[in-house]
Amino acid sequence: MKKFSEISMKAVFLLSACISIVAVLLICLFLFANGIPTIGEIGPLNFLLGTTWRPGNDIYGILPMILGSIYVTAGAIIIGVPIGVLCAVFLACYCPKKLYTFLKPAVDLLAGIPSIVYGFFGLVVIVPMLQNLVGGGFSGKSILTASILLGIMILPTIISVTESSLRAVPAQYYEGALALGATKERSIFRASMPAAKSGITAGIILGVGRAIGEAMAITWIAGNQAIIPDSVFSGVRTLTANIVLEMGYASDLHREALIATAVVLFVFILIINLCFSMLKRRNKT
Amino acid sequence: MNRYINKVTLGEKFKTYRKHPLSFVMLLIIFLGAILTIGTLLYLIAYILVTGIPNITPELFEWEYNSDNVSMMPAIINTVTMTFLTLLMAVPIGIFSAIYLVEYAKKGNKLVSVIRITTETLSGIPSIVYGLFGFLMFNVTFNWGFSFLSGSITLAIMILPLIIRTTEEALLAVPDSYREGSFGLGAGKLRTVFVAVLPSAVPGILAGVILAIGRIVGETAALIYTSGTVTGIPESLMDSGRTLSVHMYALLSEGLYMEQAYATSVVLLILVLGINTLSGFIAKKVGKV
Repeated sequence: MKKFSEISMKAVFLLSACISIVAVLLICLFLFANGIPTIGEIGPLNFLLGTTWRPGNDIYGILPMILGSIYVTAGAIIIGVPIGVLCAVFLACYCPKKLYTFLKPAVDLLAGIPSIVYGFFGLVVIVPMLQNLVGGGFSGKSILTASILLGIMILPTIISVTESSLRAVPAQYYEGALALGATKERSIFRASMPAAKSGITAGIILGVGRAIGEAMAITWIAGNQAIIPDSVFSGVRTLTANIVLEMGYASDLHREALIATAVVLFVFILIINLCFSMLKRRNKT
Repeated sequence: MNRYINKVTLGEKFKTYRKHPLSFVMLLIIFLGAILTIGTLLYLIAYILVTGIPNITPELFEWEYNSDNVSMMPAIINTVTMTFLTLLMAVPIGIFSAIYLVEYAKKGNKLVSVIRITTETLSGIPSIVYGLFGFLMFNVTFNWGFSFLSGSITLAIMILPLIIRTTEEALLAVPDSYREGSFGLGAGKLRTVFVAVLPSAVPGILAGVILAIGRIVGETAALIYTSGTVTGIPESLMDSGRTLSVHMYALLSEGLYMEQAYATSVVLLILVLGINTLSGFIAKKVGKV
């Protein structure tokens, strides 16, 4: 009897562990089964490289959205990574212990704030701020706005990964540089940082994943025009915003095209995940 | 005497920086980065609180939602039920998975590496993709329509990797001597896991669960197209109902109720920050024991 309970519970544990595999398979199945035929119907080139998105006329080209996602993510990296890395250096090398017990939870809080609250903050603070700064009939909703907000949103990811990889560098590297007469800053940037490079890269990749997948915050502040942007002040629509905005009323081919948009986003994410796990595996060996 | 060997006085520091102006610039930039980060956080929280609190009125907490009074009470109740339902599914599965991974799986097991890859993939998928998947699978294929159940299953899949990871860490932190002691006393594997290992891992698991609650409460994108945006309290699991974040989304997209949106953002922010602080507090307690 005792044997039976042991074996059956082991089976239960095993089954539970397999649920995450089933979930990933189901997600892939449902997205690809719904999206791939649609891409075939619209034509892969027309869909991926088409520059016009006009559901009313059954024209579905998502190139503006793909570029929009890439631009906004790149902007977020340009803004978020330097600030995040510097903040991590401060936390790892300069911060007094007492201040640290206050700052570290604060950075973690930044990660916990819901994206809808970030979006609201962007809408009522960053948009009017940029309107005033730029002036000249600028709506305030643009690549720049979205990049700033996403830059703030990826800060906690970048900071925590960079900080832990800086702390993982053997202290001898830093001490050796100091002993050779380098200043503290030089030791950090020339000895510790290069050793922590792959960890920092992993953090940046995670940040890219978070930025490209963000939907709710972006919808309010990016302007959402489905055209290829020509400057950082023009509005963009990202892949995620495209889904959020139109899924509510879309039907037939329009809805299928939105699902296909999600497939493209999903493929992006899979590639980013692959990069991340490859980097992690390389670090281990 | 020894105390003074590694001490550098402020004057000496100043001298070094005068010799190396670039280092001084770097120092300033590092401090600037830290100040920018913390400043942004403080400004965000302060702004939401200061502009939102004056907009909180008792009417916003009345039981009935209508177009005159966009009460957030139904949404708050929905958030609590949604959280409860989701945890009901995700917590047992997550804990059992972690038990398998830590206690049962042998080293070098192929299945384990597959599970690790899938949980990593799951945690990287954006919430809007989860939402669309839930919509396609439950609302359309199973023909459930906008329903509470569809939303909570979608969320359960979404927080599963978080629960698995934190439980795994908590289990790994339990010293092997507990297991050996239990085996030595003649207990079987199952008994060892439930009586010796799990109880000492509870605080760590709890911290993870609370973190997951924070994710659930703050989630919008995965819910809009699964559990829908109906304003009332659903009568059954198959009815639609909006949580607080979805409520906030709806208020913003309608654009008519900005003051109420300000108030809702305060409630949402305080709720999520409170939950996260609690989780951090419990996790810290664990570290001390």
